[in-house]
Amino acid sequence: MTRPPKKTTGPAPSPRRPKKEATPVVAAPVIAAAADAQLEETWADAPGFWGWLTTVDHKRIARRYLVTAFIFFLLAGLAAVAMRLQLSKPENTLLSPARYNELFTIHGSTMMFIFAVPIMEAVTVFLIPLMVGARALAFPRLNAYSYWVYLAGALTLWIGFILNVGPDIGWFAYTPLSGPEYSAGHRADIWAQMITFTEIAALAVAVNLMATILKMRAPGMTLSRMPLFAWSTLVTSLMTIFALPAVMLASSLLMSDRLLGTHFYNAAEGGDHILYQHLFWFFGHPEVYIIFLPGLGFVSMITATFSRRPVFGHIVMVLALISIGFLAFGLWVHHMFATGLPRLGNSFYTAASMAIALPSGVQIFCWIATIWSGRPVFKTPLLWVIGFIVTFVIGGLSGVMVASVPLDLQLHDTYFVVAHFHYVLIGGAVFPLFGAFQYWFPKFTGRMLSETLGKWHFWLFFIGFNVAFFPMHILGLMGMPRRVYTYPSGMGWERYNQIATLGGVIVVVSVLSFIVNVLTSLRRGVPAGDNPWDAPSLEWAATSPPAPYNFAHTPVISSREPLWEQREVLPIMTGLSTAEREVLVTTPVDAEPDNRQSSPDPSIWPFVAAIATTMVLIGTIFSEWALVWGAVPLTIAFSGWFWPKRPRRGAKQEPQ
Amino acid sequence: MKQAASGLIALLLLCGCSGVQTPLDPAGDQAASIHTMWNVMLVVCSFFYALVIGGLLWAVVRRRREPVPEPQASAHDPGIERTLAVWTGLILAGLTLLISWSFFVDRSLAQTHDDQALHITVTGYQWWWRVEYQDGPVNQWFETANEIHLPAGRTARIKLESGDVIHSFWAPNLAGKMDLIPGRHNVLDITPRRIGVYRSQCAEFCGMQHAHMALPITVESPEAFKVWRAHQLQAAKAPTSQQEAFGKAVFETKACAFCHKIDGADAGGRTAPNLTHLASRPSLAADAIPYSRGALAGWISDPQGMKPGTKMPNVPLTSAESSAVVAYLDSLK
Repeated sequence: MTRPPKKTTGPAPSPRRPKKEATPVVAAPVIAAAADAQLEETWADAPGFWGWLTTVDHKRIARRYLVTAFIFFLLAGLAAVAMRLQLSKPENTLLSPARYNELFTIHGSTMMFIFAVPIMEAVTVFLIPLMVGARALAFPRLNAYSYWVYLAGALTLWIGFILNVGPDIGWFAYTPLSGPEYSAGHRADIWAQMITFTEIAALAVAVNLMATILKMRAPGMTLSRMPLFAWSTLVTSLMTIFALPAVMLASSLLMSDRLLGTHFYNAAEGGDHILYQHLFWFFGHPEVYIIFLPGLGFVSMITATFSRRPVFGHIVMVLALISIGFLAFGLWVHHMFATGLPRLGNSFYTAASMAIALPSGVQIFCWIATIWSGRPVFKTPLLWVIGFIVTFVIGGLSGVMVASVPLDLQLHDTYFVVAHFHYVLIGGAVFPLFGAFQYWFPKFTGRMLSETLGKWHFWLFFIGFNVAFFPMHILGLMGMPRRVYTYPSGMGWERYNQIATLGGVIVVVSVLSFIVNVLTSLRRGVPAGDNPWDAPSLEWAATSPPAPYNFAHTPVISSREPLWEQREVLPIMTGLSTAEREVLVTTPVDAEPDNRQSSPDPSIWPFVAAIATTMVLIGTIFSEWALVWGAVPLTIAFSGWFWPKRPRRGAKQEPQ
Repeated sequence: MKQAASGLIALLLLCGCSGVQTPLDPAGDQAASIHTMWNVMLVVCSFFYALVIGGLLWAVVRRRREPVPEPQASAHDPGIERTLAVWTGLILAGLTLLISWSFFVDRSLAQTHDDQALHITVTGYQWWWRVEYQDGPVNQWFETANEIHLPAGRTARIKLESGDVIHSFWAPNLAGKMDLIPGRHNVLDITPRRIGVYRSQCAEFCGMQHAHMALPITVESPEAFKVWRAHQLQAAKAPTSQQEAFGKAVFETKACAFCHKIDGADAGGRTAPNLTHLASRPSLAADAIPYSRGALAGWISDPQGMKPGTKMPNVPLTSAESSAVVAYLDSLK
């Protein structure tokens, strides 16, 4: 074992140059094999179900996140299909108004909180440690806790729906409709606590990712050499940390109004309904960017790999991401132009909202320029990128339209807006996401997805999506408002609604082809090898699927495209323990080795803590005393979690 | 591209479309000035979309037949950098145009200096509209529900309030929408120009029957409006037959009078629509059902069946009572 006798300023990068794809060390294969075996043992989970419950491996947890979020995507998609069938003819009685309102509430809430944000986190949690060359996330147990809390929130919402106490107040739950006077029962409480669950989870993930990106990058991966996906994750995490507290405040004050009889949102007692809207949209607008910035990260990585050149304008892209992150917090009022706020003030929000077209437009330019000046290879992931540009730009431009105060006064809360944000969110997030699945599936599973089925999936989805959502622009312009369970005949809306429903059916077929592709490829897919696409970024230096410890040796980076720059060999650094879980901490800007940090072992406590959290949050739906009694199991769980670690036999204790 | 083009053509065709609930067929000053904004937007955005798609197509076809080279690890592209500068300039110019245009259109919406404005208060309820004409001396004020009449050419200043949850008043042919929020007083100016019947519909989700909360707006000549208004100021017509008289008695003694008001009858409820001139309105239950005597009979016997969740309960009446109430209400022209 190669351990430096004393750690002072950290281990220096070693110039050993093993072969990139085979066993990492050529010089001393026997020692290396022994080290690998020990690494394997150190980072292994307990076998069986116990190991499944206690794992803190970011890859296992990410796969779990992916599958869960995707299942909820399918469920929320089915809710959408039911709504489309209801709207396929005027005065349809397929669904009752109450059921329809529940369906669009659960569709929106699930897609935003239980699918879009978590699935982006899932991919990110899997990739980021690999992409920055780390052994693990910064806080592995927190990651496990995030997943369990997220799962509890998702189940709360859907079990409520199945038991016919699902929320029926829209994904935005405006007061007073969601307040104590107009939402009797517990439907609104379930919505509010689902928010608390998913936001706790998302905040924990954001902190985790930020710490990992800033403090655990491989030596040499300075900020300026960091991949664009890591940049988009960094910006997203920062935005999450600033935006999510606003919605937790909004929903907690709502809970407090409902449970304790406070009057935050009671206009008759000096409260204010506009306060709710400000808090909600201060979160709600950045949320959109939180969902699609990771998508922009996927697009950059895929575009570079399949254009056979780095993305044009790396620095411009980074600046664009950062400025989108900033501007996103200055536009929330464009959701409230019709509430009667001061006109001059509204105009500033118009300008800020339109201004975001500049960094977005620059990014679009850079991707197209990359494809133009490279030699594009039309594998399925690149098709998704092209589909992304074609659809997302429509969403962006209709976004410019609704950013104008006077025009928004006509288009707000109509199907035009429904069309707009589906073009932004599906075009800007789901297209890149499917591209990312196709691209990173080999890394997730070790096998390739089928290109043929992948192309079917893409074309059906592209056509189905546009057939389903383009007519909605027209419906909005023809005066059809949102969130109506039916409409009178004679308005001329039938035909476009039927076309939209047909498009929805094509999308269903497309998603089915994706599921078939995943299931068959898991069993019979072509084994991928480490770097099937000849991609430049570091995650492709790990095995597919990666070992629990990610890399046998920490790689050392000297360029933005390490696997293209060093085509034969990748420099590595030695010095991390193989006998216990140890990760390398580097400096935030220059990524110079700074410290060795022990990484926590698997533990059941994150799971227990999530159950304790669930007890508190579910309890508060029914009684404020749950906060008091629920503190007991929470205290026990967190004490167990943070109980000081006993040093292993024979291992040296860390100085800090 | 083809899809985008056909979509664009569809949109352009729509600019000439007509309808009773569309911003593309303006019948008032405010909707007209927003419509110019829409046209400018459509042109500017289509221009940029065409550029993006054109660039993308070029990028995709340009080198597709060349052999795939080893990946470049770094690239310096001065030509593309210059193009990026041009592109940035174009976006900035486009945005400047749109932001200023939007600003001036928005100003124009707030600039009606019409001292002769017709003052109306519209209050939203789950799921109907109270409409109070508060113009001129107080003895000229009156109340109606679920319909608005406006004289063409005169600005109406509509005060928007809510009796319960948030609603939004949206008559797309006449003006943009404005929310009705409990505890706040919003104002919307409408200057109708073209005679006709337009439809407005609640645009903010307000609960179970949000879909059935519309409000027909009749724009008519000032003379016709004067006649309508004079008629609205009158109390309800007295019963002219025995059945109508019986219907009036039932209305006054059963549950109806707790919620509904009829000027000229012993019915003063304020929680539901004023029915003084019910039979002169084009529709029932906030435009959920076109008005006819049969529809009225159906509505009274089973409101929950016709508009599930409506706040109007099923009131138990004998068939004689029911048809008498229908006869009475149907006489309230």
